[in-house]
Amino acid sequence: MGDDHVDGNALAGDLREIFAVDLTAATGRCAGCGYRGEVASLRVYTNAPGLVARCPRCEEVVLRLVRGPDRAWLDLRGTVSLEIPLAP
Amino acid sequence: MAIVSPGFSGRRRSSDVQLPPGQYLTEDFPVLTAGPTPRVPTDRWELTISTEAGRKHVWSWQDLTGLPAEKITTDIHCVTKWSKLGTRWKGVSLDVLLEEVETAADFALVQSYGGYTTNLPLEDLLDGQAWIAYRYDDDDITPEHGGPARLLVPHLYFWKSAKWVRGIQLLLEDEPGFWETAGYHDYGDPWREQRYQGD
Amino acid sequence: MARAAVSGRLTWRVASVAENRAITASARSLVFDVPGWPGHLPGQHVDVRLTAEDGYSVQRSYSIASAANGDRVELAVQRVADGEVSPYLCDVLNAGDQVELRGPVGGWFVWRATDPAPVLLVAGGSGIAPLMAMIRSRAEQGSRVPFRLVYSVRTPQDVYFADELRQRAREDAGLDVHLVYTREAPEGAPAPKRIGVATLNTHGWPPDFTPNCFVCGPTGFVEAVADILVALGHDPRRVRTERFG
Repeated sequence: MGDDHVDGNALAGDLREIFAVDLTAATGRCAGCGYRGEVASLRVYTNAPGLVARCPRCEEVVLRLVRGPDRAWLDLRGTVSLEIPLAP
Repeated sequence: MAIVSPGFSGRRRSSDVQLPPGQYLTEDFPVLTAGPTPRVPTDRWELTISTEAGRKHVWSWQDLTGLPAEKITTDIHCVTKWSKLGTRWKGVSLDVLLEEVETAADFALVQSYGGYTTNLPLEDLLDGQAWIAYRYDDDDITPEHGGPARLLVPHLYFWKSAKWVRGIQLLLEDEPGFWETAGYHDYGDPWREQRYQGD
Repeated sequence: MARAAVSGRLTWRVASVAENRAITASARSLVFDVPGWPGHLPGQHVDVRLTAEDGYSVQRSYSIASAANGDRVELAVQRVADGEVSPYLCDVLNAGDQVELRGPVGGWFVWRATDPAPVLLVAGGSGIAPLMAMIRSRAEQGSRVPFRLVYSVRTPQDVYFADELRQRAREDAGLDVHLVYTREAPEGAPAPKRIGVATLNTHGWPPDFTPNCFVCGPTGFVEAVADILVALGHDPRRVRTERFG
C-alpha cells in the first residue's frame, strides 16, 4: 500500500461547499465489489486534477469531484447509493 | 473574491519565458496520481494498438525498445497550473508505431495499466507530435512518473500524456476518458487554456 | 455544547491570526479569530486557502487542535521544508494577518462526549492535533469517559503540547498518556522503537471493552497502527483513521 492517498475525511470541505449535509459520515456501497462503508473510509487521491475516491477493498473509483473556477463536477457512478444520516 | 495573502507566492519561480495563460513555472516534477501506482515488469509489458475494425497490433518491451527512438526536449504544462521547461525524454514516435496500422479513425482512446484513460484526436498523435517515452533525463522512467512507458503529447495538457500506457484504441467517434468524463476538456490545448468542458 | 451541524452550504470565511507561537522547533500553533465561527466537534478539520497577488491560490486541510471556544480556532502546523503552505503559515503570518478558512468539516473522525465507550487515541507526529482537541474537549465538558493516548514521536523535542500533556496526564482523571520514541528516547525511557503489537496491547484497551479508536498521522503510520488494532481483535468499524499523506 502506498503513501500516496489520504482518507475520505479529506473530501469533507469540497463536498460541504456543494451539499448542505456532511457526506463523509454517509454510508456508501461500492458499485464494483459491494463494499459498504463510510465515505470517510474511502482512499482519496488528492494530488490530481480532481479528487478521486477509491474503494478500500477493491480500489475501484467510487467518487470523483472536479472543481472548476465556477463549476464543479461530481461523478458517483462507482457508488450504488449513499445512506445519509439526518437529524430526526 | 478571495483575500490576498501578502507575501505569499507559493512554490513558484518567476520567469521571462512566456508560459501558456494561467500557468506557473516549477522546477521540481510534481507527481500527480488518481490511484495506486501500477508496477509493470517489462517482461510482462505490452502495447496494443487496436483499430476500429478490431485489428490488434501488439509490441513487447523488446519490440518497442528495438525500434528507432528519438530524443525529445520539450516543455510540459499540467492542468493543475504548473509548467516545467526543457524536460528530456527518449521514446518511439507514434508515427513509427502507426505506420503499418490501417485505419479510418479520427479519434484515439489511450488506455493505461491501472485503468486510466484519456482521449484525443488521432491527428494529434501523428506528425512528430507524440511518443511512447521510456526514458526521462537519461534514466528509466520511474513508476511514479509513468514508467516503464508513458505517452508523451507535450502540446496538450499533461493529463493527455497517459502514464503506464498499455494501449491505444482507434475510434470513429470521440470517447471521453477518465478526466474528460469528469469535467475536463476533450482537447486540452494549454495555449487556448482549454482546461474544462466548454473552455 | 457546540453544534457542528450548520445548515446550508459552506463558504470561505476570513480569519485573522490572534497568535502564532512555537510548539516545537518545526511546528507552530496558529490561533485564529473567525468571526461567526459556528463551533466544532473535536476531530473536525478546516481548509485554509492562500491567494497570491496574481490570483494563484492553494488550499490545505488542517485538523483543529482546540476544543470549541467561541470564535477561536487553534491549528497545529508542522513546517514542511519544501512545502507550499506550511512555511508561509509558520514563518510569515503574524498576529492580525488574514487568511481564508472553510469549516468546520468532517463528521466521522469526531468524538462525541455523549458516547460512553472508552477511547484510544493513537497519534504519529503532528497527528496529535485532532486528538488534542478530543482530550481538551473531554476536560472542558467534564466527561469521565476513560481516555488513553499513545503518542509516537521521533525525539523528546518533537512532542507537541508537551507541558500541557504532562499536566493533563497528572490532573485529568481517567486520561493516560504514553509516549513512544522512534529515534531518540529520553534518559531512563526504553530504547527507541516503533509502535508495535505489544505497545497497543499494553497501553490500549482490550477489544472486549469495545473502545472507539482514533488514529491520526502519516499514511504509513496510520496503516500500520490500524492493521495492528484489527489484528488484536478491534472491530474495524470502531477504528477511525485520519491520514494526512
